[in-house]
Amino acid sequence: MAERKVTVEAEVGLHARPAATFVQAAAKAAIDVTVAKLGGEPVNAKSILMVMGLDVRQGQSIVIRAEGEGAEELVDELAAIASAP
Amino acid sequence: MTVSGVGVSPGIGHGPVYVLTVSVPEPPEGATYQGEADQEKARARAALERVAGDLEARGVRAGGEAKDVLAAQALMARDPGLAIGVDALIERGTAAARAVWESFGKYRDLLVAAGGYMGERAADLDDIRDRTIAVLTGHPLPGVPTVAAEPYVLVARDLAPADTVLLTKDVVAAFVTEEGGPTSHTAILARAMGVPAVVAARGATALRPGVRVLVDGGAGTVTVEPSEERVAEARRVSQARERALEGAAGPGRTADGHPVPLLANIGGPRDVKTAVDSGAEGVGLYRTEFLFLDRTKPPSHEEQRDAYRAVLEAFPHGKVVVRTLDAGADKPLAFLRSPTAEPNPALGQRGLRLFRAFPDVMNAQLQALADAAEGMADRLQVMAPMVSTVEEAAWFVHECATRGLASAGVMIEVPAAALRSKDLAGVVDFFSIGTNDLAQYAFAADRQVGALTQLQDPWQPALLDLVAAAVGDHGVPCGVCGEAAADPALACVLVGLGVATLSMSAPALPAVRAGLARHSLAQCRTAAAAARGQATAAGARNAARARLPALAELGL
Repeated sequence: MAERKVTVEAEVGLHARPAATFVQAAAKAAIDVTVAKLGGEPVNAKSILMVMGLDVRQGQSIVIRAEGEGAEELVDELAAIASAP
Repeated sequence: MTVSGVGVSPGIGHGPVYVLTVSVPEPPEGATYQGEADQEKARARAALERVAGDLEARGVRAGGEAKDVLAAQALMARDPGLAIGVDALIERGTAAARAVWESFGKYRDLLVAAGGYMGERAADLDDIRDRTIAVLTGHPLPGVPTVAAEPYVLVARDLAPADTVLLTKDVVAAFVTEEGGPTSHTAILARAMGVPAVVAARGATALRPGVRVLVDGGAGTVTVEPSEERVAEARRVSQARERALEGAAGPGRTADGHPVPLLANIGGPRDVKTAVDSGAEGVGLYRTEFLFLDRTKPPSHEEQRDAYRAVLEAFPHGKVVVRTLDAGADKPLAFLRSPTAEPNPALGQRGLRLFRAFPDVMNAQLQALADAAEGMADRLQVMAPMVSTVEEAAWFVHECATRGLASAGVMIEVPAAALRSKDLAGVVDFFSIGTNDLAQYAFAADRQVGALTQLQDPWQPALLDLVAAAVGDHGVPCGVCGEAAADPALACVLVGLGVATLSMSAPALPAVRAGLARHSLAQCRTAAAAARGQATAAGARNAARARLPALAELGL
């Protein structure tokens, strides 16, 4: 299980363009990947509607988890997207 | 007759009304289908894919910002969770159109419950849903004319990016919607297009198609059948505003020469260019926590020193006010975490309270600041967030002094600090009022809860009273670095209350500078007194604006 915890830096939070970029990158992977707010229920990171529904604001932390081949690289990539300003 | 809303894209638009009526009927509850479930599922998937492809194609044709907006919408149509929901409903016998309606409904409720920015996204979801159902039922889709002999004023309940992206300034004179807010796509795209827009204009869709209206995207008004003089006057004011903003340069001052340094709020060296370009005279709020976010340990001494020094060097003639780490509540840091679980983080260990609990982090930041200011010590001011008492303030000033940081102040965000500013004034060199948090604590209204935004209105007379109390008569300079300073009218009122400097996000600087330059200090004082004489936020705003006549002339 690969796991990264990051703080969302974009002014709009994990919404709009950052959310779309995040979900597009997640959807490209063949393995399952989830995202959760700190202490919250994980949701499918490939679902833009679920990711938007998390309502992650600027400065809030999220946990990204994936399991399987390429999981480490995937969570690294997603963590970088989520923490980009 | 006038329809009022919220102006979200400034400028004047005049033309005939075109009302966009969108009504794809709700597929009846309990609707079923004939044939195989797999076929019905395939129909639903094909419809969603067609809508996604259509949205993408429109985005590509429109280009720019619209392309990204529509690409995100296409992602929604292709959402795997949505597809699973649709399939499950069809499996149970529900017709594809009804299954699409119900599945979208689940996510829509989620967004509406979140409110604010998320709530405004619900309209995007409705648009995708309606398009998909139209494909499934053969219902004609609404559209807007993309050519017109004379630019029209597009009026709708709400507009989806798909409706607006292929429009240009040559076709549309203005946008008016009954729903939406400042972050709705109508607002974003209208600003990008340079077309005036008014949102949240109740009753707008009742306007008669073809009737001429005048839209003021700054004031948020839609005037029906305006006289020619009225249109000419509105155009003149709009142009005057543009000229005023372009012409407003140099240091901030009132019409009679009372100086009010206009400063920028920044999060790091990357924000410096915009601040300098907007004519900022210095930095009124350097939010250092942005250097620390998303880290497992604090940045090194060198990295911190360089980030502080870069900003000091960018303003060779201005002050730079650096706020020490403001962690906690909505800005948690991995290495600076309250040792106990907190049911109310906004009322917990945050700001200075947390900084005190982590002496290593604090020592490192203050030392990096002292080193960064070498040779420029007279221009660096350091302040602490979330200070409530004189003991806290004295402790912070002492810690700064032992490291050679000569100018130390505190933020006033807690009503207790505002009420006893006279005591705090005895130990600090300056104050800076954070109006957003001050409102949060004065009104017991969480900043992050969209439903409570009215209690966050910086025009609330109680908030103005607290600003006046903070300024006091102690003679220690008191600035404002909250969003309140970015409103040209409120900026004048704050100056009238005795606020010494105004700090805001850089794009707001030109309008505030222009507004101040047209009013005397006496006018600002009169406006401040009038605002405090009112019982409501709306009353305070109106009373102040009535005494700041040049704002309307400038179209601000």
